[in-house]
Amino acid sequence: MGIRFDSVTVAYDGNVVLDSLDLTVEPGEVMALLGPSGSGKTTALRAVAGFVRPVSGRVLLGGRDVTDLPPYQRGIGMVVQSYALFPHMRVDENVAFGLKTRRAGKTETRQRVAEALELTGMAAYARRHPRELSGGQQQRVAIARALAIRPDVLLLDEPLSALDARLRSGMLAELARLHRELPDMSMLYVTHDQVEALTLADRIAVMDAARLQQCGTPRELYRSPKNEFTASFVGGANVLPVTVGCGGVGFAGTELKVDTGNAVAGARATLCVRPHVIGLGQGPNQLTGVVREIQWRGATHRLYVEVDGHSVMADVRELKDPPALGDPVSLHFAAEDAVLLPAGAGHE
Amino acid sequence: MSRRLLWALPPVALLALFFLYPLALVVQQSFQPDGGGTSLRPYADVFASEAFRNALWTTVWLALASTAGCLVLGFLLSLVIAFVPFPGAKAVARFIDVYLSFPSFLITLALLFIYGTTGIIGSFQFLTTPWGVLLAEVTYFTPFVMRPLLAAFSQLDTAQLEAAGSLGARAPRIIRRIILPESLPALAAGGSLVLVLCLNEFGIVLFTGAKGVTTLPMLVYSKAILESDYPGACVVAVVNVLISVSLYGLYRVVSRRAGA
Repeated sequence: MGIRFDSVTVAYDGNVVLDSLDLTVEPGEVMALLGPSGSGKTTALRAVAGFVRPVSGRVLLGGRDVTDLPPYQRGIGMVVQSYALFPHMRVDENVAFGLKTRRAGKTETRQRVAEALELTGMAAYARRHPRELSGGQQQRVAIARALAIRPDVLLLDEPLSALDARLRSGMLAELARLHRELPDMSMLYVTHDQVEALTLADRIAVMDAARLQQCGTPRELYRSPKNEFTASFVGGANVLPVTVGCGGVGFAGTELKVDTGNAVAGARATLCVRPHVIGLGQGPNQLTGVVREIQWRGATHRLYVEVDGHSVMADVRELKDPPALGDPVSLHFAAEDAVLLPAGAGHE
Repeated sequence: MSRRLLWALPPVALLALFFLYPLALVVQQSFQPDGGGTSLRPYADVFASEAFRNALWTTVWLALASTAGCLVLGFLLSLVIAFVPFPGAKAVARFIDVYLSFPSFLITLALLFIYGTTGIIGSFQFLTTPWGVLLAEVTYFTPFVMRPLLAAFSQLDTAQLEAAGSLGARAPRIIRRIILPESLPALAAGGSLVLVLCLNEFGIVLFTGAKGVTTLPMLVYSKAILESDYPGACVVAVVNVLISVSLYGLYRVVSRRAGA
């Protein structure tokens, strides 16, 4: 079942927290809502669940307008950061809760609970209480509880944010497997972590300041961001103020050869260059600057180089002999790895 | 070690002098009939009297009924204050704290203005019956149940209620299956406090049902002050203390079982 936001606006006390969102999640698709806190992504998810009422616009599930339906009539599965398990119920009772409210028969309930626990690998813990489980296990139970009612839509609100980094990557793989096993279920996945979004989502909707900034496949967002926010939030690109010239742009007194598209010569623009496409040393599109900060990240070194007052980040393969702070260095990048945005494309 | 004992000595001595010693005197007096000597006579006399048995029964059922009333009313009111967003909910919650500091007879006096013979709805004349006492006790003690309940409700993760909602549960089911079980420790704490307070309540009974309703504390008062039967008064007092202490013990056992 698909989800459609039709110019959904949500406001609290006249304070707009979601500004006319138009977005369609196809049946069986995994859509990530990616953005910093306060970007409106959780509000969008809560509008689907029925916990916030839009001041205008409609929310459609599978073509049916559910804007005025209470949460208990929407038949949606929901998983939240705090797990929200019922502490006084055992694991199997938690999972059975949604089935009991639907007055499912005893045999059916038992069967579906077993199925959901099997699917999340928690069958061995059916008779435990939530407090006896680790965070990762509790989140699996929460997922099993949401899946037991066989929802067509699963909403996940920062489901992995309370877990440590190692568990998180394991759970990400689990969620991807779940989606392969339940290919008809649409998933709306709210996160502020771009790795989660890039790994799991078919498409990503980037949100900031209550608005949708850009929606596309991870590759599209990465390769051709539409504005500065998307460029820097997804993949942490360098955004450099440049002036368009003929067949290139001017930055810090240097002529850089990049595809200027249909930009008018003399116009101001923004050049997006990802840190990992920047190389150290001589080459085409060369910038020179002074090392201000250097971080060793195992396989790579991250350099913060000051070029004419602008800080440029570069991720280079681990250096045997890294430059010292204050050393002059040269950076270069290939023309096709840079994206030129018109100036003022800061926000939608 | 000796220094620590030295620190403990003053409070223990004060406690013994001003609390335990008078209490011991009461117990001692209860074994000393007016005729002199030490015997169980006062106990036999008091237990044999119909007035005592009536008072005991009245005390117990009034306390139990009041507690039940406070639990039901307190739970419902707390639900509204905690989960139904309305302007002034915070002010009402704050008022409950203030209300706890009011003396009990003040509430009774206020009730007299509404239900009393000369009051707004004077014709009822039920304030001097056990039902009047019940009404006053429920009115006065309900906030004692609400205080721990509101604290428990504020600890409740609203995400749980939302999860239950998205799983198809409507409000009554959420209350029954999620909120009620999770607030049982708070209900037990508030309920047992109110039960003990009701057993020992004096002011409310004196102001309302004084003529028709005799509870154990009232019996102590009338025996000691009106009949000058000190041994008898002390016997009733000892019974009252025993009931309170054993209820407290029961509460401790129950609350430990509940994991609170």
